[in-house]
Amino acid sequence: MTPRRRIAPSAVVWLFLGSAYFLIPLLATLLFSLRNDQTAKCCTLANYSYILHDPDFWSTIKLSFIVALETIAITVALLVPTVYWVHLKVPRLRPLISFLALVPFVVAPIILVVGLLDVYRGTPEWFYAQPYGFLAAVYVVLAFPFMYFSLDTGFRSIDVHTLTEASQSLGASWPTTLWRVILPNIKAAALAGSFLTLAIVMGEFTIASLAQFKTFSVYVQYINQNKTYPAGAITLLAFGITWAAMLALLAVGRGRQAPITEGEK
Amino acid sequence: MSLAWLGVVPFLAYATAFLLLPAANVLIGAFQSNEGGYTLDNVRTLFDEPYRTAFKNSIEVSLVTALLGGIIGLLMAYSAIREGTPRWIRGGLTTFSGVAANFAGIPLAFAFIATFGILGVGTQAMTAVGFNPYDHGFSLFTKTGIEIVYLYFQIPLMILVIAPAIDGLRREWREAASSLGASSWQFWRHIGVPILLPSLLSAMVLLFGNAFAAYATAYGLTSGGVGLVPIQIGFFLSGDVFDNPHLGQALAFGMFVVLGLMMLAYIPLQRISSRWMK
Amino acid sequence: MAVVELKQLHRRFGEVVALAGIDLDIGTGEFVSLLGPSGCGKTTALRLVAGFDRPTSGRVVIDGQDVTDVPPNRRDIGMVFQAYSLFPNMTAVRNVEFGLRVRKQRGADRNRRALELLDLVGLAQAANRYPHQLSGGMQQRVALARALAIEPRLLLLDEPLSALDAKVRVQLREEIRRIQLELGITTIYVTHDQEEALSISDRVAVMSGGQIEQIGPPAEMYGSPATPFVAEFIGTMNRLLATVGDDGSIDYAGLRLRVDAARGLPRGERVLCLVRPETVEVVRANGLVAEGAMAGEVLSNTFLGSTSRLRVASESGERSITADISTAQGVDLVVGTKVVASFPPDSPRLLSLADEPMFPVPDPDSR
Repeated sequence: MTPRRRIAPSAVVWLFLGSAYFLIPLLATLLFSLRNDQTAKCCTLANYSYILHDPDFWSTIKLSFIVALETIAITVALLVPTVYWVHLKVPRLRPLISFLALVPFVVAPIILVVGLLDVYRGTPEWFYAQPYGFLAAVYVVLAFPFMYFSLDTGFRSIDVHTLTEASQSLGASWPTTLWRVILPNIKAAALAGSFLTLAIVMGEFTIASLAQFKTFSVYVQYINQNKTYPAGAITLLAFGITWAAMLALLAVGRGRQAPITEGEK
Repeated sequence: MSLAWLGVVPFLAYATAFLLLPAANVLIGAFQSNEGGYTLDNVRTLFDEPYRTAFKNSIEVSLVTALLGGIIGLLMAYSAIREGTPRWIRGGLTTFSGVAANFAGIPLAFAFIATFGILGVGTQAMTAVGFNPYDHGFSLFTKTGIEIVYLYFQIPLMILVIAPAIDGLRREWREAASSLGASSWQFWRHIGVPILLPSLLSAMVLLFGNAFAAYATAYGLTSGGVGLVPIQIGFFLSGDVFDNPHLGQALAFGMFVVLGLMMLAYIPLQRISSRWMK
Repeated sequence: MAVVELKQLHRRFGEVVALAGIDLDIGTGEFVSLLGPSGCGKTTALRLVAGFDRPTSGRVVIDGQDVTDVPPNRRDIGMVFQAYSLFPNMTAVRNVEFGLRVRKQRGADRNRRALELLDLVGLAQAANRYPHQLSGGMQQRVALARALAIEPRLLLLDEPLSALDAKVRVQLREEIRRIQLELGITTIYVTHDQEEALSISDRVAVMSGGQIEQIGPPAEMYGSPATPFVAEFIGTMNRLLATVGDDGSIDYAGLRLRVDAARGLPRGERVLCLVRPETVEVVRANGLVAEGAMAGEVLSNTFLGSTSRLRVASESGERSITADISTAQGVDLVVGTKVVASFPPDSPRLLSLADEPMFPVPDPDSR
């Protein structure tokens, strides 16, 4: 029998103060976004309307979303076979792979971007000047830690050897085994990593702006600097995107530990 | 067996191209001169203004927010996990922390501008009751302002990483201490904090690195008005500084070194604080 | 004068009643066990005494002082928990010192005292080890020393042996009793293990459904259980659901059994006939069944060392009885052997079920 007690007063105080600190800026942004752009008076939805009628909003969000999908596709295609192979055949390489996947945590985007721009300046236009080329390629690296650890946990919870041997004894080839047997079993882990990647790419500003790409977060920054009140609206929309990605993540990973992330700072 | 390692070649190649190569570029470029030879001048420049102040500011902001974020995050996580708090609060806090730790960058900066900026809702509300913080030396667009905003992602990150450690604090320890006559404060001083210390230290190192490398939030808040190392790198990359193309690499190298020193300071601390575990 | 008095303690958790009114007086130096299955309220009662929990109503009085509203750290009560209660960041001796440290005792004094206590529990040589370097049994010894270091007026033990191996368990419980007698400290001991409770207590309180069913010295609890629950819980007991027949007999599923205790009871009353297995005799059937004996066959024969436990059931299966007989005697009574079981008429106790019309017949195999 576990005795239940009443909530401690100090806990109430801390949670209340914490909630206030976290909710007040959101609430203030909401009120701010409802002000009239000319008179600064409440309440109008004009700022939202402005954003939603701005073609740049749609084009940048589309661009960022496509880059995100591309990033996810490359990351999954690169990491799923790698993690599978490491678990199945070369477990002694696991420390090396884990280390490399973790490096982007330490070598932050602001450090990485310095070297990246220097190394890839001068590569062909179709790659270096294209968000779908250079930017997506770089974002794959930022996605490494999240996707790798999500997949690694997923693979540890299934019996890779038995599944593989069973599949091959039934006559399946390597690609068939990976596609038909392994992938369905780690779908949840891959999805969780994908939603994290989505949240990160949609919000990434450092590399995008310093490499001169017009992504969604660069657009958000443009609005912030030039349109005082619509900026409140776009801020809440961006927050909503993060929420949606995280809730989707929780939905696919019900019962798992909440992910620890380090997104764009 | 002998050729099995070939299976990880694609990953290794990718990591080399987009991770190791740029990192090596930074490390080597920091010591190259414009003429192509090797030099210490770039790194020496880091000790001149404005870079000296930028490093000082960055370290200060990171230390303050790691410490404050760590303590507040710990207290909030403990409040949510401890006995007596309804379970849904913990679930809600974890979910929210997952979002808030990711809700950084440009939108976060603007949320605070909308709240405590000069036209902000909070500022106006305070002015309405006769206390305009901007009349009393406060400004959001200063180091203090940056620290307040950084806490918005530092605290949730702390909550996420420290929660498992708090789960490891057994109820028996608290009750045993209590039955032996210890007050709540004495429990924390002699048992709670020492047991959590290894996790606290590693979490705070993580928080330090998190704040130290943050660029977008500071940029969105001050547009570069407060000199931080990432902001200086940003200036350099967007072409505001032309005199020495290797200076950007030297700045990035300097960040490496600070993060590395932080790790070095942390290892012996970690060993001392966790000597009872091994 | 009683050192501890529990007065009408009630504790409710939402809809669940964990304690439904406990009254208990414990005298100076007395060792009382609270015994019962999980969920019976024994741990709740102990936590109320320790002060970790507050009663919904009722009082806890220690040495005449009402401590119901006193926080645990001002009660001067030593407590030993189930397991893992040692502070992992402190060595054994620092754990034992802890209570003295928060009482601001001088370093040299408290160190000497801590070492004395470690010596008392036989662990002087392990003083500088960390908890994770100690076995489970050693950890519990340190926990005991730590609880005793503050010279508490009362010692509480919450299933302190439940996480240990059987052998260590027996050894340590004897040691707990030795130390308790040596120090003369009033002790409340919570356990679900009846053997443990009976072997070390001055008195045992059997609890069920948040109430004390019966309290008394171990021999009395074993020999004269006052309720069917106690009879079931303490020792192994045959419980034959029967009705009273004419003078000195009962009717058990159609079989007439002689039971002295039935004399004077109204004929036809429903009773529970309690028969200790060690009083049951089992012999190989030789065609004759004496009056008051039960014919059947051996269902199971479990070797328990010097004795063997036999389950005997009638062919129809409606009558069954458990017997503990010497292994020498039981060795050739293999499963399936036709046997006759009987017990002396003066050994069973009868509990009237007149007040418990719905008393469930327990499934003997679930024991």
